[in-house]
Amino acid sequence: MPMPDFNWILKMAIRDFRKNLSRLLLFVSSIVVGIAALVAISSFGENLVKDIDNQAKELLGADLVLENNKPLGEQQVDSMAIQIASEVNFASMVAFPQTGASRLTQVRALEGDFPFYGKLETIPASGDADFRSGGQKALVEKTLMAQFNAEVGDSIKVGALSFVIVGELQKVPGQTGITATVAPAVYIPLEYLEGTGLVQYGSRVEYNRYLQFTPETDVEALIKPFEDQWEIDRVDADTVEDRKRSTGRSFGNLSNFLSLVAFIALLLGCVGVASAVNVFVKEKLASVAVLRCLGVASRDVLLIYLSEIMVMGLVGAVLGSFLGTLLQFVLPVVFSDFLPVEVTVGISWKSVAFGIITGLFVSVLFALLPLLKVRNVSPMATLRPETADSTLIKDPVRWLVMLGILLFIFGFSWYLLKQVTWAVGFTGFVLVAFGALWGVGNLIMWAVRKFLPISLSYPWRQALANLYRPNNQTISLIATIGLGTAMISTLFFLQNQLLEEARFADKEDQPNMLMFDIQTAQLDAVRGRVTNRKMRIIQEVPIVTMNLNEINGIDKRENEELPDEENYSRWLYNREFRVTYRDTLISSETLTSGDLIPLGARGDSIFVSLEKGFGEGNGLKIGDELEFNVQGRPIKTYIGSFRDVKFNQVSTNFLVLFPNGVLEQAPKFHVIITKTKNDREAADVQSEIVREFPNISIINLGTIVETLEDILGKISFVIQFMAFFSIATGLLVLISSLIISKYQRMRESILLRTLGASSSIVRLINTLEYFFLGSLASLSGILLSFMATFLLGEFVFNMDFSLAWKEGLVIYLALTGLTIVLGWLNGRRIINQPPMEILRGNG
Amino acid sequence: MSILSIRKLSKTYQSGSRKLTVLENVNIDIKEGEMIAIVGPSGSGKTTLLGLCAGLDSGTEGSVVLNGHPLEKLNEDQRASVRNKDVGFIFQNFQLLPTLTALENVMVPLELKKRKDAKEKALELLEKVGLKDRATHYPTQLSGGEQQRVSIARAFANEPKILFADEPTGNLDTETGEMIEKLIFDLNKEKGTTLVLVTHDLELAAKTQRIIHIKGGKIQEDAHA
Repeated sequence: MPMPDFNWILKMAIRDFRKNLSRLLLFVSSIVVGIAALVAISSFGENLVKDIDNQAKELLGADLVLENNKPLGEQQVDSMAIQIASEVNFASMVAFPQTGASRLTQVRALEGDFPFYGKLETIPASGDADFRSGGQKALVEKTLMAQFNAEVGDSIKVGALSFVIVGELQKVPGQTGITATVAPAVYIPLEYLEGTGLVQYGSRVEYNRYLQFTPETDVEALIKPFEDQWEIDRVDADTVEDRKRSTGRSFGNLSNFLSLVAFIALLLGCVGVASAVNVFVKEKLASVAVLRCLGVASRDVLLIYLSEIMVMGLVGAVLGSFLGTLLQFVLPVVFSDFLPVEVTVGISWKSVAFGIITGLFVSVLFALLPLLKVRNVSPMATLRPETADSTLIKDPVRWLVMLGILLFIFGFSWYLLKQVTWAVGFTGFVLVAFGALWGVGNLIMWAVRKFLPISLSYPWRQALANLYRPNNQTISLIATIGLGTAMISTLFFLQNQLLEEARFADKEDQPNMLMFDIQTAQLDAVRGRVTNRKMRIIQEVPIVTMNLNEINGIDKRENEELPDEENYSRWLYNREFRVTYRDTLISSETLTSGDLIPLGARGDSIFVSLEKGFGEGNGLKIGDELEFNVQGRPIKTYIGSFRDVKFNQVSTNFLVLFPNGVLEQAPKFHVIITKTKNDREAADVQSEIVREFPNISIINLGTIVETLEDILGKISFVIQFMAFFSIATGLLVLISSLIISKYQRMRESILLRTLGASSSIVRLINTLEYFFLGSLASLSGILLSFMATFLLGEFVFNMDFSLAWKEGLVIYLALTGLTIVLGWLNGRRIINQPPMEILRGNG
Repeated sequence: MSILSIRKLSKTYQSGSRKLTVLENVNIDIKEGEMIAIVGPSGSGKTTLLGLCAGLDSGTEGSVVLNGHPLEKLNEDQRASVRNKDVGFIFQNFQLLPTLTALENVMVPLELKKRKDAKEKALELLEKVGLKDRATHYPTQLSGGEQQRVSIARAFANEPKILFADEPTGNLDTETGEMIEKLIFDLNKEKGTTLVLVTHDLELAAKTQRIIHIKGGKIQEDAHA
């Protein structure tokens, strides 16, 4: 075959283009949103990496941070530092005497000029300096100030001491908005820590030392000689490089995850492109047959239309990249609660190029699928039009394109996720989601066709029959709008279910208040305060802290020397275990294997019970030997059972459970779980206990629900923002498909009106058709999201599924209403004109 | 000398388990410059025969040699090349490309032949069919008769050896139809083109030199005027 005449192909493409410009623009509009999202996220990620690099020192606030759960003592590196600061931090109740309210906070007792890089931003700006000038002063996180209507100048009570608030903390280096919500901080001077009386046995205290070295110091090399000793002493050393790596990694993951969400929006757009090109091709079949008749080679016909698609793909990609570049200015605002650094915005040419190439590539790849049809059009169709539409099932090139699409999805997700298994998982997810929606769409269409009752009135039957008219886009609309709906409704349903679950816990027989860090000497008094108010003590749990010395005879040092595939997680040896003892299970626990063996039942061996996920996840088995170190005393035990623990109840749950008779004499603290009648009683008992026993921390369900709502609100805002891209793409596909099918509707409308149908009948048929279309698409999406919510609830969140039918109904009504309105806007001109106007071509 | 030679040509379609024979053992020889009409009732196989003669489709059995090219031995793209060089078409429903102007429609066969003077030649042809002033109009802006005149100009553009016309006046009123007939015959005489006309209009067929009657896929009569 001779080489194609590209000049002529281009000339023909341009000629065809003139008459199809607006319609072709519609085709590519579907990918604009996806590309915009991709470019925005990618640019944002690029800038974030740069900013993390530039602000790495501010992330840590020092050149080196040493952390331990006991006082650090003298360290050799101290003498090499030019500045040192110390911090002791722990969770404790802080009371606001003005209102009498109290709340669990993260108390940070600070000494020295930390942060050495960056600063604690306060209102007033002088707050930081004032705090460091001496005296009983405190800096309080803005979320806390807002919650308790506190003002600078008010005082707070931390343990036994009162502090004057001299500043409202706006920003702490390296800390995100989410951290501030979960554990709002209160800074007090370290010199007053002892006076608060809060550091007692059982308090989970972290000791931090911040060090600054001369600028030319190589910190990594400097700390090398000390690392082994720190490992033994369980001291955690964090350098700027470490922090940069870990922050970069987590935000790299975040940006890749967000890119995947954007990629889903792009894929939805691609379905829109394929579907629109399909209609375009069907309308072109007659012209293709004429061209073939006049002697144009099939390859050249394909190239004419492909070049049109390529130009439009390029336009869509450039437009998307431009929008994406603008959109990234919004992203730092959207993600502000999650970012530890100030993110700068700017054009990332790499991301723009990435967006343009991706857009061009996907539009061609997905358009090829229907476009390949033109290769097989017989010139005989000029004489017999019915022979024009050929099926492509047997066309090997079509299968090659499908393989190309799959490889593209896999390759793209691999590039983003960096792991083959995840990429396979994502590709599988895309296939299953589209497959499910395609299946649902087909099933519904089949059912409509099969069971369409003849007794229905004509407008209803006609509207339903329109769903499977030739060139219908029912399936592609169900896929695109359905997937967008599924994403956003899954989020709504999950969020509601999590909150419901938390609120549900507040029913009659369920506990709703938890008091912890109760010292043995305080136990009777606290018990008395609770029972005096006629509140029932639902659980009273002793807790003993311990470490793990050996697992099956292997101690920490030996474990370090074992090869990676044989050793146990280092974390097992380093963590502090909080353990209780009893011979029975509580309501949140079920035994999955082994037996709960009391002391003495099998000789003098001690059998402990492990939480299933923890035990199995760390490669431990029933019968394994564990030697614990309880306050310096070794206790040898064996794993007797695994328990499944439901962690979503207000109760104390433990990874390790000892039998009675072993730990009774060990130093311990206690937890009391009770039930208050209402919020008023909760507030009263909380303030009474905190006033009398400041070291005791209290969590009540109200606070948990509030925090959960706050966090979910922040997360869901981000997810909604991302899901918006999918919904927007779905709407664009809907609009373009309505406009594309306008000509067909016009012909049908003329025929109906020529046959004597009134405008109102035509309008009713159209409205019903949009109603069915909107209903099918949104219901498919909602159905899919119910399934996703059920599976996530069952396997990830461990909660019972409840059908969120009210939320589902709202989403259904909104989307169906929107489809009807868009349909009306699109069709109103057709209906209002006399049939002859349209027949003459003036319509 | 035959410009078109058809030997033992049959066409069978498979419809489910049933075989449908639309043409059976057709033998025709058409000389260069000859004007013939294929007539027959609806469903007699005349359009199928036209398609096979022009290389738009291939037969199940037999051979078609068009200007020395054995069509059954060529693939679809090679047949397309033969069509571009040697064949012109006029269709009942005009078959103009809707996104191209009248002038561009006529230019297509010339451009495919890489003729440098495509535009001048196309304008010349449009002038001959009386539509030079409508050159920049799109098909939807032209009447049926005008569209068919553009289609005739396009058919003669590549100076074909043989012209196939499928019910060229079938979609036109009598007056316009007569004008189109005259145009086709005049141009045909002027260019010395072979003409194969498919019609059920016996009056039109009578204006040709030879009439082939076809019924049930078989030639019933092959009569010279």
